Amino acid sequence: MSESDSDDSRSTWVPYRDREEWKDVTPVPQDDGPAPVVQIAYSDDFQDVYDYFRAVIDKEEISDRALELTKDAARLNAANYTVWHYRRILLKELKKDLKEELKYITDMILSHPKNYQVWHHRQVIVDWLRDPANELEFTAKILKKDAKNYHCWQYRQWVLREFGLWDQELAYIDTLLKEDLRNNSAWNQRYFVVSNTTGFTEQVVNQEVEYTQEFIKKAPNNESAWNYLKGVLMDFELHKYPGLLDFCQQLYDERYRSPYLIACMIDTYEEMLEQNCGEQREVLEKAVSLCRSLAEEYDTIRSEYWNFLSRILSSKYGSENAVQTSS
Amino acid sequence: MGTPVKDIVIPDNAQKTLLLQKHADYIAAYGAKKDDYEYCITEYLRMSGMYWGLTAMDLMKQVDRMNKEEVLRFIQQCQHECGGVSASIGHDPHLLYTLSAIQILTMYDALDMVNTEKVVEFVVSLQQEDGSFYGDKWGEVDTRFSFCAIACLALLNKLNAIDVDRAVEFVLTCMNFDGGFGCRPGSETHSGQVYCCVGMLAITGRLHHVNADLLGWWLCERQLPSGGLNGRPEKLPDVCYSWWVLASLKIIGKLHWIDKDKLIQFILASQDEETGGFADRPGDMVDPFHTLFGIAGLSLLGEERIKPVNPVFCMSEEVIQRAGIRVELL
Repeated sequence: MSESDSDDSRSTWVPYRDREEWKDVTPVPQDDGPAPVVQIAYSDDFQDVYDYFRAVIDKEEISDRALELTKDAARLNAANYTVWHYRRILLKELKKDLKEELKYITDMILSHPKNYQVWHHRQVIVDWLRDPANELEFTAKILKKDAKNYHCWQYRQWVLREFGLWDQELAYIDTLLKEDLRNNSAWNQRYFVVSNTTGFTEQVVNQEVEYTQEFIKKAPNNESAWNYLKGVLMDFELHKYPGLLDFCQQLYDERYRSPYLIACMIDTYEEMLEQNCGEQREVLEKAVSLCRSLAEEYDTIRSEYWNFLSRILSSKYGSENAVQTSS
Repeated sequence: MGTPVKDIVIPDNAQKTLLLQKHADYIAAYGAKKDDYEYCITEYLRMSGMYWGLTAMDLMKQVDRMNKEEVLRFIQQCQHECGGVSASIGHDPHLLYTLSAIQILTMYDALDMVNTEKVVEFVVSLQQEDGSFYGDKWGEVDTRFSFCAIACLALLNKLNAIDVDRAVEFVLTCMNFDGGFGCRPGSETHSGQVYCCVGMLAITGRLHHVNADLLGWWLCERQLPSGGLNGRPEKLPDVCYSWWVLASLKIIGKLHWIDKDKLIQFILASQDEETGGFADRPGDMVDPFHTLFGIAGLSLLGEERIKPVNPVFCMSEEVIQRAGIRVELL
């Protein structure tokens, strides 16, 4: 469980309790309550380091050796937020070189990419430095190993927004989607960038719809792409959007039965019913029949939902209780 | 390009019955061996670990097997001068562990074990101008903390100590184009964050802001062919989402959109018949976290041997009602 550092090889490790320069400190054992703590071999390092860490906290020691100690403590348990908290206090009090700290936290994140504390620590350091020079490259490196790392995306969003580094982001997202068009995080990022830069103007919407449709053609059963399409067209009327229904119909005619494709068609028909567009009975029939096909064949696990939708549509727009709405 | 759906396959020999007693024994024994390595390195979240274990035991009607006195004494030692509670002795206070402590004390009807006025002060001190909450003085913002703050104050009947309107406003800025919520404005929708935001809106009586049909759709889309639920598109199923997703659906009145039987099958398959407890998915190692959420999920799905669970607080309904707390769901 303990990482192997390039500096601290196991053969040169000296427990804190055996170090001359720490003789003035009395270690504080773990106290979870009245039950005693028993030491066993493989967690010896852990007990030793943390006993001294607890002592340092108790006496509120501000020193270089305390700073080194937090490094050991973090190495043994990077999730311990008290360790990071104390390290930040020490960095400030001792006026340490934050660029060095950035190098350190880079290594830590590479070892523990899904840990909240290390990402938050980096954010604090970069904020103190007010220098984002390495951040896009660094986060891209992490995303190369795991393109959906939630912490990394949050952090990257913070960097973009905080320092206004929007320029290359859409291009970057494009490369990610070309590698994996199902990357939900990348689609989300696209929405994030557009919202924070141009906004969803008519021209931008047209571009984004075209962009998304290209990806849908490559893999019609892609939840993220359809969700994005829906999101982009949020302020528009689906049935009036040029070519949308045709786009869906064409895929349907090519025998694709993706639930997301069919859901989009149903949404469009629902809108038409609402606005009293087209031959109402025919549109309702199409919508209900699509719902049924999903409930019975193409998305049976969500049959409850599709039957619900079908019932709603029938009761709202069915001939028995058709209400002539004036739009 | 027909890439296969990311999912797992439940093995034929997977567990099909609920081994309730084994789970209770697993939790009761957990932490008794204080030299256990996993136990040691999870000290940084001990308060939450205790909340998971105790709540699971309460739901399984066996909380009397736990050492109440030891727990209460421990919590007392974890409250700091600022009012906040830390995960363990010698750690720093944080909203996450403050909530866990209050949840435990509510369950034990022992809120007087801590200075609740100071707890409220601590929570209030973390609210920012935009309505968001820091987790602690170091400034991490996350909608998880909005939930922690609101839930904590609700249990203490002190909701109005913070600026509720602002808090709600901030959470709503985290609503995404798919109807879901992320950890900060712009963050990708994630089931865990959805639960926190929907729970927070339920407590503050603002569920009408949620597009229940849209969000309900996104949530029921989390169910994979194996029956398990994932946290966001193209991710593997995980038992803890049986809680985050299910509770969210319950709160917005769409629990029936999930295929119950298939989900139950997935959750039961994630049990470990030798050690007891639940893992994130069949075949993996168990832990108290997934055990609580497996049990709580089954409760929501109607398992009679488990006490009814409150979908907002993830505590038994019995405890919530006794505490006089009422939250309306959609």
